Amino acid sequence: MTDIHRTIEAVWKIESTRLIAGIARVTRDIGIAEELAQDALIAALEQWPDAGIPDNPAAWLMTAAKRRAIDSLRRGQMLVQKHEEIARELEFQQQRLADALDQALDQVIDDDVLRLIFTACHPVLAVEGRIALTLRLIGGLTTAEIARAFLVPEKTLGQRIVRAKKTLSEAHVPFETPRGDELRRRVESVLSVVYLIFNEGYTATSGGEWMRAALCDDALRLGRILVQLLPNESEVHALLALMELQASRTAARRGRNGEAVLLLDQNRSLWDHAQIQRGMAALEHAQRLGGGAGNYALQAAIAACHMRARTAEETDWERIVLIYDALLQISPSPIVGLNRAVAVGMAQGPSAGLAALDRIAADPALAGYHLLPSVRGDLLMKIGRFTEACEEIQRAITMTQNLREQELLTERLKQIEKAALSA
Amino acid sequence: MRFMMMVMPKGYELAAPDAVPSAEAVGKMMEYNKSLQQAGVLLALDGLFPPSTGARISFSDGKATITDGPFAEAKEVIGGYWIIQVRSREEAIEWAKRAPMSNNEIIEVRQIHEMSDFPEDVQKAAEGFEDPRNSAAVKA
Repeated sequence: MTDIHRTIEAVWKIESTRLIAGIARVTRDIGIAEELAQDALIAALEQWPDAGIPDNPAAWLMTAAKRRAIDSLRRGQMLVQKHEEIARELEFQQQRLADALDQALDQVIDDDVLRLIFTACHPVLAVEGRIALTLRLIGGLTTAEIARAFLVPEKTLGQRIVRAKKTLSEAHVPFETPRGDELRRRVESVLSVVYLIFNEGYTATSGGEWMRAALCDDALRLGRILVQLLPNESEVHALLALMELQASRTAARRGRNGEAVLLLDQNRSLWDHAQIQRGMAALEHAQRLGGGAGNYALQAAIAACHMRARTAEETDWERIVLIYDALLQISPSPIVGLNRAVAVGMAQGPSAGLAALDRIAADPALAGYHLLPSVRGDLLMKIGRFTEACEEIQRAITMTQNLREQELLTERLKQIEKAALSA
Repeated sequence: MRFMMMVMPKGYELAAPDAVPSAEAVGKMMEYNKSLQQAGVLLALDGLFPPSTGARISFSDGKATITDGPFAEAKEVIGGYWIIQVRSREEAIEWAKRAPMSNNEIIEVRQIHEMSDFPEDVQKAAEGFEDPRNSAAVKA
C-alpha cells in the first residue's frame, strides 16, 4: 500500500462513522447509507492520489456522497419515498434530497451516531452480524480487517455484512434511538456486542494466537464513544472500566516465549498503570451513577480488587467472593460459579474451593468446558491428591483447542508430577 | 498504538509567565478536544505553563547546571500535549491536521513506546518499578 492509500484509509477511519450516520438520517436505511459512503470512498481513492488530499476531507467525502445519492435517485432508485413519479415530482424530490443531505451532512449530530450504533446492534440480527456491522460502521474497519481479526475468510465476512443489512431492511428496522424500557434492553445488546469484540481480541478461542491487541483497542474505542453518547448509563461506564482494567494487564499476560502467564503469576510492574487509573475512574463514575450492582460493574469491581493488590498474596479474596455472590444473584451462570469456586479456594482454602466446585460441577453448561477440570486439578494438587489432580489436568488438555492454554496445562501437569515425586 | 501530539504554539518561547490563551482560542481547542473524545481516541491531555516559568537542568561532567526560563536559544517549545490511541501513524497525523492551529504553529507527532517494544534485557531492567499505584484513583 502506498503512502497516499494509507492516508486515505486513516481519513476513512476518522470520518466514515459520522458520514454514514449523517446519510442514514436522510435515507433511514443504513445499508444504502453505507453504500453511498463507500461510493464516496471509491471516488477519493480515484481522485486523491493525483489531486492530493483535500484541505477538508470530511466535507469532500460528504459532497461526493451527496452527488452519488442524487445520481442514484435520478436513475430511479428512490431513496426517500418509493413510488412512481412524474418528471416534475422527481425533480422536486432531487432538490429535497439534496437539501436534506446538505442539512444532515452539514451537521452530523451525536444522535445520528447513536442511532447508527443501536441499529447495527439490533436484536433482529444474529450476534455475528451485529459484531461485523458494528466494527464496519462504527469501528471503521474494512471487511478484510474484520475477517482477519475473526479468522474467517473475507468472502464469508462480506456475505455476513450483506445479510445483516438485508435483514435490517426487510424487518423495516427504524433508524432511531429506543426509549423507556426498550432503551435498557437495547443498551444491553450494544454493550454485549462491544464486550464480545473485546473478548475476541483478549482471548482467542482457537489457534496459536493468544491475543489480538488491535481488536481490544477497537473495543475500547467503541466503549469510549459510547460513554460520550450515553453519559448517564452506569453500565456503559462499567463496561469501559472492565475493559480498561483487563487490557491493562496485556503486557504481563505473555511470557518471554509468547506463553500465557496467569493473573497470579504475572509481573505486576508490567501492568499499565495509566490504564488502570482510567479503569478505576470509569468504575467510580458507574458507581456514582448508582450502578454499582450491575453486571459489568461487579465484574469490573472484581478486576479492581486484583489491580489494587501490590502482590498476588495481598489479593482481597474474601471481598472477591462477596462480589461473586452478588454477581450470581443478578446473573446466575455456571462460569461465574466456577470463578467463585476459585476465589473461595483462595479465601478459605482448597477444600472449601473443592466443595464449592462440586456443587456446580454437574451443571450441563460446564460439560466440555476445559476450565472445570483445570480448576479441579489445581485444587486437588493443593490438598495433595496428586493422582486425581493429574487426571483432571489431562482431561482439560484434551478439551481445549487453544495451543497456548494446552502449553500452560502441560506445564501444570509437569509441576504436579514433580510435586507428587517429592511428596 | 499510542501517540503523543505535542503542540508548539507560536511565540510561546517568549511568553510571559502569566500568559493565557484567549477565550476564543480555548473555545476552538475545546471543540477539537471534544471531537477526539467523541471518536474514542483521546486518552489524556494537558497544557503547560510557558517556559518563562520553567527551568532547564543540563548535565555535563556529572554535574547538573540549572538555567531559569525563558531560554534564549529555544525556537520551538512545547505548550501542551494530547495522548491518543489510534490504529496507525497516518491516523495520528490526520488527527493532528485537524487541530485548530494558526500560522507557523507546529504539532509534532510521536509514537509512545510500549513495554513489549523493548528487548528482553530492557524489560528485565524495568522489572520491579513501583508505578505510582498508590495514587488516590487506584486506592479508591
